[in-house]
Amino acid sequence: MSEVLLDVDGLCKDFGGLEAVKNVSFQVRHGQIKALIGPNGAGKTTIFNLITGVLPADAGSAVLGDTQLLGLPTHRIAALGVGRTFQTSLLFDQMTVLENVMVGHHLRGRSTMLTAALRIFGAGAEEREYREAAMQALDRAGLAHLAGRSAAGLPIGQRRLVEVARALAAEPRLLLMDEPAAGLNMRETEHVGEIIHSIRDGGVTVLLVEHDMSLVMNISGEILVLDGGQRLAEGRPDEVRNDERVLAAYLGEDID
Amino acid sequence: MTLAEQIWQFFLSGLTTGGTYALIALGFSLVYNATGVINFAQGEFVMLGGMITAASMTAWGLPLWSAALIGIAGTTLVGIALDRAAIRPARGASIVVLIIITVGASIFIRGVAGIIWGPDERVVPAFSGEAPIGIFGANITPQSLWVLGATLVTAIAMWLTFEYTVIGKAMRACAINPQAARLCGIELSRMISWSLALAAAIGAIAGIVLAPITMTQYNVGTMLGLKGFCAAMLGGLGNGLGAIAGGLLLGVLEALGAGLISSQYKDAIAFVVLIAVLLVRPSGILGGRRGGEE
Amino acid sequence: MAAVREVPPDNDVHDEVLAATQRRRAQKVQIAAFFLFVALVPLAVHNRYYLHILIVVGLNLILATGLNLLMGYAGQVSLGHAAFYGIGAYVSGILTATYGCNPWAALLAALAVTSLVAWLVGKPTLRLRGHYLAMATLGVGIIVVVVIRQTTGLTGGAAGLTEIPSMTLFGRELQSNMDMHYFYFVWAWVCLLTVLFANLVESRPGRALRALHDSELAAQTLGVDTAAFKVRALVISAAYASIAGTLYAHSSMRFLSPTPFGFHTSIALLVMVVLGGQGTLWGPALGAVTITAIQEALRPYADYDIVVYGLLLVVMMIVMPGGLSRALGALYGRLRERVARHRAGDVAR
Ligand SMILES: Nc1ncnc2c1ncn2[C@@H]1O[C@H](COP(=O)(O)OP(=O)(O)OP(=O)(O)O)[C@@H](O)[C@H]1O
Ligand SMILES: [Mg+2]
Repeated sequence: MSEVLLDVDGLCKDFGGLEAVKNVSFQVRHGQIKALIGPNGAGKTTIFNLITGVLPADAGSAVLGDTQLLGLPTHRIAALGVGRTFQTSLLFDQMTVLENVMVGHHLRGRSTMLTAALRIFGAGAEEREYREAAMQALDRAGLAHLAGRSAAGLPIGQRRLVEVARALAAEPRLLLMDEPAAGLNMRETEHVGEIIHSIRDGGVTVLLVEHDMSLVMNISGEILVLDGGQRLAEGRPDEVRNDERVLAAYLGEDID
Repeated sequence: MTLAEQIWQFFLSGLTTGGTYALIALGFSLVYNATGVINFAQGEFVMLGGMITAASMTAWGLPLWSAALIGIAGTTLVGIALDRAAIRPARGASIVVLIIITVGASIFIRGVAGIIWGPDERVVPAFSGEAPIGIFGANITPQSLWVLGATLVTAIAMWLTFEYTVIGKAMRACAINPQAARLCGIELSRMISWSLALAAAIGAIAGIVLAPITMTQYNVGTMLGLKGFCAAMLGGLGNGLGAIAGGLLLGVLEALGAGLISSQYKDAIAFVVLIAVLLVRPSGILGGRRGGEE
Repeated sequence: MAAVREVPPDNDVHDEVLAATQRRRAQKVQIAAFFLFVALVPLAVHNRYYLHILIVVGLNLILATGLNLLMGYAGQVSLGHAAFYGIGAYVSGILTATYGCNPWAALLAALAVTSLVAWLVGKPTLRLRGHYLAMATLGVGIIVVVVIRQTTGLTGGAAGLTEIPSMTLFGRELQSNMDMHYFYFVWAWVCLLTVLFANLVESRPGRALRALHDSELAAQTLGVDTAAFKVRALVISAAYASIAGTLYAHSSMRFLSPTPFGFHTSIALLVMVVLGGQGTLWGPALGAVTITAIQEALRPYADYDIVVYGLLLVVMMIVMPGGLSRALGALYGRLRERVARHRAGDVAR
């Protein structure tokens, strides 16, 4: 087995009496696609928020490589190589699609307010380079024709794709995806599956939250099941599929 | 006078101005809770209350109490007009745009007041004489007691309104959750009208009780309004009890600062306090509903 | 705005890159046309009063552009921007008039002081979510004026600071009674600062600002240190105000009093930005021209001027909450559409 990229241990979060995450531990290995599933309110998004520093954790640790993430501000965690997409995609609505992806290059850019205003020390070249790179990224994602469109008017399927392209532009080591297929139709969902595969093949480790079971069962190497903030089961798709506790938690929902 | 006596004297006179700040702050909080907007015309309500009262007394020779009633009623009408003519038509605009509208309205009101009443200072006679009352070695005018009394009565009336009347409960509901309130059949725009009318009336009361102490003029609204806003921030914007506490505290701090440190910088003290609050405890001493670090 | 064209996928990449380059080129053309227009103005305007007003317009334009960076791009409000203007003016004025400092050195010193004040105000308040900066700047704005009034020894207090020497350029004095020279000097600054602004907003830091304006959370997960960028936007915006202040100090009056740096100027600046259209390149310029023109036009009607000014503010904000530049853009779009439909009708017939 490959080495561990993200090591989460004993993570806890309490929202004024509501224990959203209770002592959750898991590991994500290099090059893996790992899924985090569970019924609504199981605490999946909260775990993402804790790992990315959006919310402070009450206890536990989350170590990326050998760096403790908890306690760092969100932008520092991003700089360490953790990317993220959101359950309701958060695009910059006042910007064009191309500009959205260009913000994804922020971490690699060097220009400061001063050099950018004066276009000195390579700020102009950097601007052209990232515009070109963002354009190519959109082209690869099949979104080139949207580049000049305002992000605000896009349909949900395209919003999700743009958000993924933007997150990838930051060249993360680990990408956290929160329900990338929510609200998509079957064909679009399949497409998302292919994209996640290609992201992994490009060397990015993926931690995925998703309700669409066929997608999860198809693409993930390992699944962690949460219920009521607690770890319920963990294993390969076929193991999880037949786990009685999981079946009970999902009673009425179709896992296959 | 010993230092302790001086401080006691400053404290009492500070409480007096603080009472008016408290009332103005209450007006800010009311409108803020209903709309999320900082109503920069609040200070003009204070000016109008004092000016209309003074003008009715000199022009028509009315007795004080009826002139005061006219002052309150007239200012309330201006508050309602402000809502109908300027705030309602701009519904859906961003907060900054709404704030600019209240600024424009305040400039307009001040300008009209300047044309009607001219640049002279006006006097409203003290409600019950000038003979100072001694309290433990310090002197305070009967008018100060009127100010504090008005603050107290207004605060209690407000509390009763919000606690026991349908309209008060509806306004509270709107402040807590506008969407849910609308689902319960509460009409937001009516609540905004009510809050502006109330804020105007309270501002007018502050202007009337203050006028005998400081005199009044068409342009006193700006500074009073800004200081009332500092008081509201100090107490926690949107918090009624906080507005009262913030106003009184600010008045006392200002009097102590002006008396003990430097009277030249008196007008800056409120704003130094404002900045200190922002640095140390941005949600105000009593904590605001929307304040603080998130 | 632009109509969406349906184009076959293969040409898209090139089309879009082309469109982006074209947009930037169009912007450059606009700026160049603007420069040219400004350069020609004194040929048409000989009246010294008008030249003086055009200088005031230029100063307001610099102020509004700086404030636009903060409001329209970083999404933060300053209710005390005139204080930064005042600090710039007074530091320049005091250093040159009282201490015989070189005006250019004074300009740099003023920039440093203003930026430091802005940083001190922004650092703690921009950490918080909500409009705390607006309140802090409101306070700073009033404190600065009170301090200017009271430190009579240094600033001349309410009576004012007099005998500020003229600006120099390459060792020559820009005689401020020959307004033409100073007009060009001020507008050269306007042009320079406009170009810098246009460069800045179309760049990594500029996009970071716009991003955090839209969604702080998303910007942070892409590595944008949102608090730091907001502080930088404030500092730059204060630096613009400081430059305008220095230029004001050396203008034809060569005299400073606290009045122009008070709350009312802060509000006027806010209005220029919002009325013109925050977040656009030309909006605030349009706002600065409009507001300065209204203020000057109303000046003869003492007493009535503020009534009309207040009324105009209310009405304009109700009618055009998105600002003049967007309203004009929409109007232009509608006109074009109508013309196009008209033509199509002709062809059909
Ligand atoms: N910021 C917050 N404040 C208070 N409670 C919260 C907060 N965020 C989440 N919760 C609560 O914590 C619990 C877990 O929420 P979370 O969003 O993590 O669930 P989830 O597994 O992502 O669910 P879903 O599948 O619906 O997205 C829920 O009960 C939710 O209401
Ligand atoms: Mg979720």
